[in-house]
Amino acid sequence: MTGTATAVVDLVGAGRTFDGAQPVEALRHADLQVLPGDYVSIVGPSGSGKSTLLHLLGLLDTPTQGTYLLDGIDVRSLSDAERTAVRGQRIGFVFQAFHLLSHRTVAENVMLAMLYGDVPRADRRVRAISALEQVGLSHRVDFMPTKLSGGERQRVAIARAIVGGPSLLLADEPTGNLDQATGDKILDLFDDLQSHGLTIVVITHDSEVALRAQRTVRMVDGVLSEVVR
Amino acid sequence: MKFRSSRNELVESFDLPSARMSKRDLIIEAVSALLARPSRSALTALGTVLGVGALVVTLGVAQTAGNQIVTRFDELAATEVTVSPQSVGFGSNQRPSVAIPWDVDDRISRLNGVVAVGTLSPVDIAGALTTSVPVTDPLGSTEFDIEVMAASPGLFGALRAELSTGRFFDAGHDARGDNVAILGPAAAQRLNVVRIDNQPAIFVGEEPLIVIGIIADGGLAREQSLLSKIIIPNGLARDRFNLAAPAEVQIETAIGAAQLVASQASIAVAPNQPDLVNVQFPPDPREVRSRVQSDVNALFLVLGGISLLVGALGIANVTLVSVLERQGEIGLRRAMGAARRHISAQFLLESTMLGALGGVIGTSVGVLTIVGVSAVRDWTPVLEPWLPLVAPVAGAVVGLIAGIYPSLRAANLEPIAALRG
Repeated sequence: MTGTATAVVDLVGAGRTFDGAQPVEALRHADLQVLPGDYVSIVGPSGSGKSTLLHLLGLLDTPTQGTYLLDGIDVRSLSDAERTAVRGQRIGFVFQAFHLLSHRTVAENVMLAMLYGDVPRADRRVRAISALEQVGLSHRVDFMPTKLSGGERQRVAIARAIVGGPSLLLADEPTGNLDQATGDKILDLFDDLQSHGLTIVVITHDSEVALRAQRTVRMVDGVLSEVVR
Repeated sequence: MKFRSSRNELVESFDLPSARMSKRDLIIEAVSALLARPSRSALTALGTVLGVGALVVTLGVAQTAGNQIVTRFDELAATEVTVSPQSVGFGSNQRPSVAIPWDVDDRISRLNGVVAVGTLSPVDIAGALTTSVPVTDPLGSTEFDIEVMAASPGLFGALRAELSTGRFFDAGHDARGDNVAILGPAAAQRLNVVRIDNQPAIFVGEEPLIVIGIIADGGLAREQSLLSKIIIPNGLARDRFNLAAPAEVQIETAIGAAQLVASQASIAVAPNQPDLVNVQFPPDPREVRSRVQSDVNALFLVLGGISLLVGALGIANVTLVSVLERQGEIGLRRAMGAARRHISAQFLLESTMLGALGGVIGTSVGVLTIVGVSAVRDWTPVLEPWLPLVAPVAGAVVGLIAGIYPSLRAANLEPIAALRG
């Protein structure tokens, strides 16, 4: 913990080794601090350990070495159930493949993020509509996702990620399935969200996407290094 | 919207939440997942429809048919009660322990539920042969060894006898000890008696008898051995053949009254020594019915069980495919904060709902089938009231069991692989 504000992400000597006949060190002694309001991109070739880092940051996995504090909470001290709850409350995910439920309306897809938390049912739709407004989709609330363009679908996914008011937005190749112009608009949306105080970590192999963030971290063979620009 | 960007609370102040989900949310999720693929859900439920339907039809038709078998085939037996004295002694010394009174017809007919009553007793004719009017046939025999039975006038009603010609003897013949006889059709044929308008006479030993009636071929519902015998009134048997007492009482009861009449008959016959009287009566029709049912049931229940098993395998199979197909959705839900138990609960609920749906439809189809079969066969449909209530539950249980393995598979899916795949 440094300064007055608790870091959203605080990795100290974190590592992840996969057991096996030949143990694989997917992440080695990583130190990373993401402060509230930061916009960080993580780049690296495939096989460099980006996915492992994504899973660690998203509480889908836990480090085998070192510590990971999320909002000051030591992740390794949490039980599986607690970690699940913290994940649902504090992390918003955006995926390359959107992962919208095709048979539910846009609003219902956004409300899905509040299904496993403690938001009262009555408030969910209001919050979902407000989140959709924020990503510029108030006119698509009751559409089915199949009627939307790719960019609109990703906006729904972003609305779903931010509707719970997360500490961290974790985006995995958010523009990977989109064309250049649409991808740019999504990145504009990220800028906008960040200006409202959202902390964003984007994982990408696209250097143009990476450059939109204020900081870039590079991963090569499981080793993390800050890119100085 | 506010983000948790400027958070600086102490770690200790964090109230660690546990992921929760209301039952209503769970049901909504499961229902909308089922409705998202309506035709698949319907086809999956079909297995349970068939299984539960087969079980309901089996049980219902067995009950209905069992009911019919009992009323149709046992109506005659169910209304028959016979009373006879117990025997004492052995071999040639065997004799009845108690004498049945001559007025037994009056005593029994006073009982509630008695339709007809009469006595039947073998007559000891000491080996005498019977002859009819001699015919001039040197080769033909004219003397026959034919058994003679004594009866009270009421016997013909109790046996449901029908005549081909003539009349039965009545209380007057009985009281006077008239020399009259009724012939069974086989006896009449041997004695060459075909008509009674000329008052044919037969001789049992030296005793002349006038034939006043001939029983029709197959004209006896009970005691068919009488078809080849000569029947005379009790009064005649008592006066001329030394019949000491009636040997047996035949009672026809109203349907359902046999047990009651049987319990009272022994006291009516021998008020001082009811224990010495044997009363034969049909078993309770309800027991007969349940025996018939269990015979029919055993076979068809196995068939119904097999179809239910096939239905369960169908649900398990489709749910498993569904889990593999919906890996992305499962991973997403996990990333949204769903615990493993939420995932498994949702898939379990989906398969249970499919099973219950199949159970409800199967029960309806089964009940309609029973009613249809009954209508065609002109039967009265009979159904245990618990059956339509329990059958859908059985479907739900099948769905629940079928969903266990797929839901565990779903819960153990790694969200990571699912989301990037």
